[in-house]
Amino acid sequence: MFLGASLAILVTMCLAILRAVLGPSVYDRILAANMFGTKTVLFLAVLSFLSGRPDFLDLALAYALINFVSVIAVLQFVERRARNRAKEDQASDAVKGGAQ
Amino acid sequence: MEQVIDIISWICLLGGALVVLIGGIGLVRFPDLFTRIHAASLADSGGAILVIVGCMLQAGLTLAGVKLAAILLFLLFTSPTAGYALAHSAITAKDDGLDVDIESD
Repeated sequence: MFLGASLAILVTMCLAILRAVLGPSVYDRILAANMFGTKTVLFLAVLSFLSGRPDFLDLALAYALINFVSVIAVLQFVERRARNRAKEDQASDAVKGGAQ
Repeated sequence: MEQVIDIISWICLLGGALVVLIGGIGLVRFPDLFTRIHAASLADSGGAILVIVGCMLQAGLTLAGVKLAAILLFLLFTSPTAGYALAHSAITAKDDGLDVDIESD
């Protein structure tokens, strides 16, 4: 039972990697990375019962927290970068318009 | 009694695995970003609840069960928050006309 569940979660992780590679926009890639992290937590939880080592649950707990923080940080970074680029484009357009 | 709990936990685990798998297929096959967010967040919440509850039934009232409850609590707080932040960020970027190609495929 644990084996079946862990195999299904592994297949889903592969699908998430596929979406992260294909993903047309940066948000698709972030979504895929987030899903990969959540599935890793579930996989570690199932694996700890499959192999009979409850130590893995601590790793899953740490991974759940780190995954959330990293997704929020990357989102902030992407948003700020897109905004700065738009602002730079506007500024350079204004300079060109003034020169003409 | 033990067998009943075993069967319930197997149903939870297999149902969770199915939900997770369907979410993964949806993540690959849906046409644009917001439908993909829908598929991924459904799989994140429903699949996580089912899989972890299945594991908790196997663990019983032990330290492992308490850790699993903590993992479930964190996941139920963080995954909707991350999904909301992602969708909000994408939709404001689209409304401001920043160059992200959300509408593709």
